[in-house]
Amino acid sequence: MGVYILKRLLLLVPMLLGIVVLVFLMIHFVPGDPAQVMLGERANAEQVAELRKQLGLDRDLHVQLGLYLAGLLQGDLGRSFKSHAKVSSELLARFPATLELTLTSMLLACGFGILAGVVSASRKGSVMDYLGMTASLAGLSMPIFWLGLMVILLMSVFLGLFPVSGRLSTHLFIPEVTGLYLIDSLLAWDWPAFGDAAWHLVLPGLTLGTVPMAVIARMTRSSLLDVLKEDYVRTAWAKGLPERIVIFRHALKNAFIPVLTVISLQFGFLLGGAVITETIFAWPGVGRWLLLAVYSRDFRAVQGGVLLVALTFALINLVADVMYAWLDPRIRHGRGT
Amino acid sequence: MRMFVVLLILLSTLIACVEERPRTLVFGRGGDTVGLDPALETDGESFKVCDNIYDNLVTFQPGTTELAPGLAEAWKVSEDLRTWTFQLRKNVRFHDGTPFNADAVVFSLARQFRSDHPFHRVEGAYQYWNSMSMSDVVSDVKRVDDHTVAIELSRPNAPFLSNLAMNFCGIVSPSAVRKHGADFPRRPVGTGPFRFVQWIKDDRVVLERFADYWGDAPQIDRLIFRSIPENSVRLIALIQGSIDGMDHLVPDFIPNIEGHPELRLLTQPGMNVGYLAMNMDRAPFHLIKVRRAVNHAINKQALVDNLYQGLALPAVNPIPPSMWSYHEGIDGYAYDPERARELLEDAGYADGFKTTLWAMPVPRPYMPQPRKIAQAIQADLQAVGIEAEIVSYEWGTYLDKVSRGQHDMALLGWTGDNGDPDNFLYVLLDKSATQHPANNIAFYRSDELHDVLVQAQREVDVDVRTGLYRKAQEIVFHDAPWAPLVHAAQTAAFKKTVTGFTLHPTGSKWFQHVRIEQAD
Repeated sequence: MGVYILKRLLLLVPMLLGIVVLVFLMIHFVPGDPAQVMLGERANAEQVAELRKQLGLDRDLHVQLGLYLAGLLQGDLGRSFKSHAKVSSELLARFPATLELTLTSMLLACGFGILAGVVSASRKGSVMDYLGMTASLAGLSMPIFWLGLMVILLMSVFLGLFPVSGRLSTHLFIPEVTGLYLIDSLLAWDWPAFGDAAWHLVLPGLTLGTVPMAVIARMTRSSLLDVLKEDYVRTAWAKGLPERIVIFRHALKNAFIPVLTVISLQFGFLLGGAVITETIFAWPGVGRWLLLAVYSRDFRAVQGGVLLVALTFALINLVADVMYAWLDPRIRHGRGT
Repeated sequence: MRMFVVLLILLSTLIACVEERPRTLVFGRGGDTVGLDPALETDGESFKVCDNIYDNLVTFQPGTTELAPGLAEAWKVSEDLRTWTFQLRKNVRFHDGTPFNADAVVFSLARQFRSDHPFHRVEGAYQYWNSMSMSDVVSDVKRVDDHTVAIELSRPNAPFLSNLAMNFCGIVSPSAVRKHGADFPRRPVGTGPFRFVQWIKDDRVVLERFADYWGDAPQIDRLIFRSIPENSVRLIALIQGSIDGMDHLVPDFIPNIEGHPELRLLTQPGMNVGYLAMNMDRAPFHLIKVRRAVNHAINKQALVDNLYQGLALPAVNPIPPSMWSYHEGIDGYAYDPERARELLEDAGYADGFKTTLWAMPVPRPYMPQPRKIAQAIQADLQAVGIEAEIVSYEWGTYLDKVSRGQHDMALLGWTGDNGDPDNFLYVLLDKSATQHPANNIAFYRSDELHDVLVQAQREVDVDVRTGLYRKAQEIVFHDAPWAPLVHAAQTAAFKKTVTGFTLHPTGSKWFQHVRIEQAD
């Protein structure tokens, strides 16, 4: 197992290198000169040239790429064109917010999604099944932008239950350790801040979790229905085992592999930045920052951001693969599919 | 005993009530600050925080672009108009406790243009210093004594004094810059009414009242700028009470705010102009009659009513009416399609002509919906026989192409920087601005205008300058290189319990005199 994980980790290196080169080339071939974009209406030829020189954009493309890679080897992602701050610190300032939101929404999505899928599958054709699947279809088709605004209107404005936006009320302050407010507030033993941070997580977490929740529910249902037709399940029923044991211990574990694939993919997508949810809830995460970086042609910020997203995506996939092996011994021993 | 406990509880409640909570004002805006070094930044979201952290030698008076003393108590100019001497305020301290003096002024300005200055080389360059042509104007900054500074100019230049009131000439603490280096934009230290406390990226910037401020002490203890990018959510936050004020209102929101009993709406014609430039290097726009015909063909009032929801003024002159020297005597070209057709006929285009109309791909402060503006103008032009095809490019490409004159007609605009008419007229319409990359994208080359504008730069007396700029506006009106379209309004909304805030034509947001009335 250890060798397997090590191999997978080593494979990451050429993959990430490929991504760096690809993103580098793509962003350089997209129309729009960062210097021109930064100077806007005020630009004159001299200033554009001077700024291009300052940013190192006047050098040959391969020299720029070489310098970037050399920096990368030393863990240096360079400085953002726009804010002149280190890209690594810009990312570090925002990634915890994205991570906390993604974890919350995936937790909600997995909890409710799997539960709904199981109930639907075990009561196939019942009212519960139809209700669950209709709700999940609605969740899949709902534009997040609209959903977010409606949730705010209902829950914050009319009912006054949750805050409108942000991660923390303005009168509170949490000393930053991990950047994850739930953990940092616990470390500071600040219960009001913990409650406030958790309260701020509910609406964006639910909004962002809607699509994965629907996908997970549908996948759990169809996968479980397949497994429930298997002979060994019939045997289990025949033995007179209670429904709880049949479904959760025997059927669900085997039905879980495709669900896990869906979960890991969704998790990766969300970590890549939930631009719309972040925008609506004023959530200071990576997604919106990356989008603005693309708009302003902030090459280094885009490169650093994409690299981070790719890395997390790959790591999540790795974790999922390890979990497959744990769930299904045939994968571990190189047999089966 | 029970009575005693009740009394105790009552007493503790009372004490809790009396205990003063910090008076905090939360201001919601659409985006985060990029950085907080006033000389390096170029965007409004950075400047509106810098406005409260830094002071300048001279400052703008509330509500107008006229100048007032700031960190300089007084100044005088030499007879040849080339040496300006500033008498600095005494007993002023930076937020880090170091004293403000002539060295700090020299440091703050000289780092931007002296190539041997240890803090001259910064990534991205000191863009504003260059774009305001300070490199051409300022030849040296000298310490005369501890509280006197002399700035020497390479040529007499009146708009220079207004530049000193702009953010990029904010005075920074030299010791803090030396200490933090490239990280100074994230650890700003100035002499202003508020000092920097904390910045959570994309979330909030927290400032605190500076107890040792030299001027009127701020009336609030904490000032928090919160980023809430989605416009409607920002409004909801204001209505619901989690923020106390906001800016950049979408026109659709205006009725919600006007009709709300606890909110107050502030509007002011902005220091900007959105215009249609006709490329005089290309036929048929070299003909004055064609340019005047286009001016008569466009229904500006309809643009204001339909696409700005009334939050704009139809433009007559290139400069906005909030600026000194604005020429009220010019009525502009009235909307008159009949007259437009006559002019086209006189010019030899009785059957009209085909051309292109370029539109920006992105919303700008002076033109939030450029594509729709282009469509409205297209329809107006079609009504007089001009077939204009709408063309658009990605923003950077657009700016590059129009600056090379590849367009026939193009939409663009300008937001003023220093409140000086020179910053509109010379920058956008002088013949010197037709060289690549041109700011004068009408490629309008008038020697008469050039002489007037250059003379106005060399004149210090405001009355004389006013006369010259009025003359300049008459020349531009006569030659009609543009169809000036609109001056977009700037807007803000506050809770009614917040008083003392005034909008400023430059877009600056000062919170020094803002009060929060406690709602009992």
